[in-house]
Amino acid sequence: MTSDVASLPIAEAAERRGLRWPRIRLHMFLILCAVLWLAPVVWTLYTSLRPYSATAEHGYVSIGGPFNFENYSKAWQQADMLHFFLNSLLITVPALVITLFFASCVAFVVTKLSWRFNVVLLIVFVAANLLPQQVILTPLYRMYLEIPLPTWLSENGKMYDSFVGLIAIHVAFQVGFCTFVLSNYMKTIPSTLNDAARVDGAGVARQFFGIILPLCRPALAALATLEFTWIYNDFLWAVVLIQSGDKRPITSALAQLQGQFFTDYNLLAAGAMLAALPTLIVFALLQRHFISGLTLGASKG
Amino acid sequence: MATEIAAAGRVARAKQRATRLTARDRVAVGFMVGIPLVFVVGLVWLPTLASVYLSFTSWDGIGGLDTINWVGTTNYDQIFSIYPPFWPALRHNLIWLAFLAVLPTTFGLLLAYLLDKNIRGTRAYQSVFFLPVVLSLAVVGFIWQLVYAPEQGLINNVLGTTEQGNLIDWLGNPKINLWAVLVAAAWRHAGYIMILYLAGLKSVDPALREAAAIDGASEWYAFRTVVFPALRPINIVVLVVTVIEALRAFDIVYIINRGRNGLELLSVLVTDNIIGEASRVGYGSALAVILLVIALVPIITFIAHEFREQWS
Repeated sequence: MTSDVASLPIAEAAERRGLRWPRIRLHMFLILCAVLWLAPVVWTLYTSLRPYSATAEHGYVSIGGPFNFENYSKAWQQADMLHFFLNSLLITVPALVITLFFASCVAFVVTKLSWRFNVVLLIVFVAANLLPQQVILTPLYRMYLEIPLPTWLSENGKMYDSFVGLIAIHVAFQVGFCTFVLSNYMKTIPSTLNDAARVDGAGVARQFFGIILPLCRPALAALATLEFTWIYNDFLWAVVLIQSGDKRPITSALAQLQGQFFTDYNLLAAGAMLAALPTLIVFALLQRHFISGLTLGASKG
Repeated sequence: MATEIAAAGRVARAKQRATRLTARDRVAVGFMVGIPLVFVVGLVWLPTLASVYLSFTSWDGIGGLDTINWVGTTNYDQIFSIYPPFWPALRHNLIWLAFLAVLPTTFGLLLAYLLDKNIRGTRAYQSVFFLPVVLSLAVVGFIWQLVYAPEQGLINNVLGTTEQGNLIDWLGNPKINLWAVLVAAAWRHAGYIMILYLAGLKSVDPALREAAAIDGASEWYAFRTVVFPALRPINIVVLVVTVIEALRAFDIVYIINRGRNGLELLSVLVTDNIIGEASRVGYGSALAVILLVIALVPIITFIAHEFREQWS
């Protein structure tokens, strides 16, 4: 702490004295990198805002308007993007809520209640999250064709090609990561809190819902941001486990829209920007939560 | 010393707790662990075991389970000897891994190191490099298609290589498209690594760095001897993340050309055996098991690293 305070004035004074030039060089390097980093996104945005006629006349790499949202409204209507966004919402939100709830339950049991298989249990959950998805793909696909669901949940009466099936695999796959992060987080909450409640006669459920879960709010917020992005961004599960084109979430629907509706690069750019919009909003508003979710997973509690 | 005390305390508490759980609490705990366990075991671990079993069989996937034939290692023999896309796919996965591990990982570390100094605008820089991380690999694939497009793309127009004679087909030419895609993948990976290292650098004791600076150590020397060794726990996480990302790589090549013509990957071969025309369950499973065997290396490394102390 003391060295922290001491080092700041030294660094500043050093910067004011002879060390200016290295700092300027550093900034020049970083600015160059930042420009290169932004170029693909800016290029996509730029293309998406120019109507096809403008790029046909001047070429794609050119200056000159007009600029408008024509491509966006065209992509939105032609490709029926609202429908795919709703699919994404109907898949992502339940998957997210169930994942976080399950993960909190398991993390609570392995950190706050002691039983013999704590570590083994945690490993079963965490390792599952680390597998490449393709390892389980073939049997999972066959299973999904066999497992029956009531027709009000799935029109064809199977897990395959249903939202429920997609939500289930997201939960199964993501719960490991969240359990890992939450158990690290719960370890930092003193056990005396729920021990005291137990002495007062609170059952496990009361200790969990009443005491530990509310204290995990920061970790849950971070995980919710992260998991929202990951589940929303999923491509593989939807491509393999959903057959009907109209049941696809937006990220995987893009591939099929590419040939059908996005006939020129301007429309393609607008479609890509639209599909990225929810994650860009997360980036703009919740970046801090996203980052803390990632780093909670990387550093041990 | 401290850990021994903690361990002793834990044992004591464990005994206390074991006796205190009422019947109702046991039911609650059963549900809290049981239902998530059903999901993870049923949808992840059971299919993993099934993959291993099916890889030694032949099955067309249409007939009932009784039409599954045990064929021993035939699938593996065929994959290694006469299945044309296997070796290219494996090689591409290994190149993917080596590339990610060397370039974007080092670059992410460099960015983190530079941005960790007290420089002006560090937040803004971080946001820029972090931006691609929130984008899906599918959208990344789209964005880079616009950048790499032969006649209308950004790069060829900047380089002036849009004419018939000198046109560079970045994504279509099987000699270069893997590298073009890797640049796109690196674009996303570097930001991820930067964030992990930034968190790691925060935990490096500033007094150590200060001491090295006072001793007159050069920056590079101080980094090598003081900072980098202190980042060891993060290095392991970064390594695991990188290996797993390389094995999972799929979306971006699938968006670009369905993983053909120079972009074959193990993950694509497995997927093609399911949703492609040739549905050969045993074959696809054997490919999946090869992927699993490779993946076990980082998984076991990570588990051993994270849970070593907790075994006691």
